[in-house]
Amino acid sequence: MANRTINVDYLARVEGEGAMHVKIHDDKLEEVKLKIFEPPRFFEALLRGRDYTEAPDITARICGICPVAYLMGAVHAMESICEVRVSPQIRELRRLLYCGEWIESHVLHMFMLHAPDFLGYEDAIQLAKDHPDVVKMGLRLKKLGNGLMTVLGGREVHPINVRVGGFYKSPKPSALKNLRGELDWALGAALQTVELVAGFEFQDFEQDYEFVCLRHGEEYPLNEGRLVSNRGLDVPISEYDNVLIEEHVEHSTALHSHRENGDICHVGPLARYAMNYDLLTPAARSAAKKAGLPPIVRNPFRSITVRAVEVVYAIEEAIRIIDSYEVPDKPFEPVTVRAGTGYGCTEAPRGICYHRYTIDDQGIITDAKIVSPTAVNQKIIEKDLWHFVEANLDLPDEKLKWTCEQAIRNYDPCISCSTHFLDLTVERS
Amino acid sequence: MNMTAAPAKKPKLAVWKFSSCDGCQLSLLDCEDELLAIAEAVDIAYFPEASRATQPGPYDISLVEGSITTPHDVERIHEIRKTSKLLITIGACATAGGIQALRNFADVEEYIRIIYATPEFIDTLATSTAVADHVTVDFELRGCPVSKGQLLELLNATLNGRKPNIPNHSVCVECKQAGHVCVMVAHGTPCLGPITQAGCGALCPHYDRGCYACFGPKESPNPASLTQTWQESLDVPERQVKLALRTFNAGAEAFRKESLKHGQ
Repeated sequence: MANRTINVDYLARVEGEGAMHVKIHDDKLEEVKLKIFEPPRFFEALLRGRDYTEAPDITARICGICPVAYLMGAVHAMESICEVRVSPQIRELRRLLYCGEWIESHVLHMFMLHAPDFLGYEDAIQLAKDHPDVVKMGLRLKKLGNGLMTVLGGREVHPINVRVGGFYKSPKPSALKNLRGELDWALGAALQTVELVAGFEFQDFEQDYEFVCLRHGEEYPLNEGRLVSNRGLDVPISEYDNVLIEEHVEHSTALHSHRENGDICHVGPLARYAMNYDLLTPAARSAAKKAGLPPIVRNPFRSITVRAVEVVYAIEEAIRIIDSYEVPDKPFEPVTVRAGTGYGCTEAPRGICYHRYTIDDQGIITDAKIVSPTAVNQKIIEKDLWHFVEANLDLPDEKLKWTCEQAIRNYDPCISCSTHFLDLTVERS
Repeated sequence: MNMTAAPAKKPKLAVWKFSSCDGCQLSLLDCEDELLAIAEAVDIAYFPEASRATQPGPYDISLVEGSITTPHDVERIHEIRKTSKLLITIGACATAGGIQALRNFADVEEYIRIIYATPEFIDTLATSTAVADHVTVDFELRGCPVSKGQLLELLNATLNGRKPNIPNHSVCVECKQAGHVCVMVAHGTPCLGPITQAGCGALCPHYDRGCYACFGPKESPNPASLTQTWQESLDVPERQVKLALRTFNAGAEAFRKESLKHGQ
């Protein structure tokens, strides 16, 4: 088995179009590439000349799985330019909407995209034949996440109720209360899910990552916080462009990212969990403990368990917000346009999602930059693959291929999102 | 719901992706209550977002998401057409070119230069176009995203050999059926409902917002009359009229033509 090439031409159970290429020469690993060939859609270019009010709905179309991440990044950036402060009630409703997206996206990934790998099935439909109760529980949890998004946003994919300054219409308390019973069930189901996925068999694969995420300090991060890492990074989000640099490489239509010193970093649930463990709810933390998770998880294959813990958190947070909900005096704050540059960085289910806009005094966008979490994670995925393949060269091709796919799916890569980003320009060879 | 297919052998279903956000094929996975019934009624033969198992064609039903934006896409859609008995496009990207069709009004070389440091790595067409511009399409399901209810109705009708009940009247009809107050008449909010195809359930007016045309032009729309009302009665500046028509269905002929009357 001297020379081997392992190709996955079209990665399955990820969102979007990607491929993987591994080259082994004389039993030595020579090349690992995560190829992203999703065609570019040029969002940063087409945003130029549009109104600041249009950025949320247009950028939501970057991703059907995590539209809230784009809606929120855009509204926060525009509000920072126009110096709008939203009411505490609107802030809470935004968190609630984001909880809906976390639940929907995490549950989709855990049950339908990732769990089949651990249990040896090609997909969730096959899994459902042997374990119908597991898949049905996942579908019901996912439906609850979508239900939260639908009540607040009008629909689950590309919600229509978000605007710069707040919402078009505040939800009625009764509409939110209607979800309470299901949320109580969901909390039990989520705890059961943590236990279930913690029982999977994991590859022994500890890695030393620089975890980058938001930290708010008083709450587990969703919409706001500073950019922090376990290696001492701690800056406001307006510093993003100075600490995470993008470059264009030939095998990807999604720009790669690295730290300003050239280091590769890791964003997503493992990063959030490591840097904000103290801010989980007691139930989420105790579920993590019971599942055998330490406060910092360095094995990416265990990200499925961390996602399950975050679902527990999101459900508890949704319950808290609904139970204390008071209809805001007005659904949105009026906005007075002013020229400037603003930043938004929020925690999408897959990690930090960054927006930067410049608008003129008419509110017309003159420049836009958006970086999705999967674009940032491309390099760390390649690095994981490299280490994993190197340590497992003795595996037969088919087994190695499947486990490599699984290693990629650890990041729940959203390739549709990660393509077509921006402005920048560091060329290295 | 009754998803039972008539023939004994299950029809083979394929789901394909071109340039898009994944939201329309996600709508299929979002049918939480019906998904397992769908999997009983059809043989999911190719659906990479959901399964790593794939079967070769031919396929009885192909659902196609996304628009055609690269030379490779053009070849691929012809291959898919050859191997599909029924080809159904889902969503605004596949039926009108999507938001990425804004490049059709601009210089794509400039777009590439704005985003990519090494433009020669990028292989793209100057336009983003609907699937029907390239191959014969058996049914176009509109929406950004598609409606889950309409997607299920379409699958159900297709499996049972009947015509899908998918109306092509305007959002206004849905709005009246739902009993919403007209946001344009009552609040002076610009609304594209009168020229937009129904399907969303008049969501935006229900949320005190004007329709922004996720489902594209209705059958025989009169956009000139609507934009005249916007400008004359609601004082909407010409630039805003153009922008409103240039979103997810900018490439749809009725919107494209009208938008060009209001600027390049």
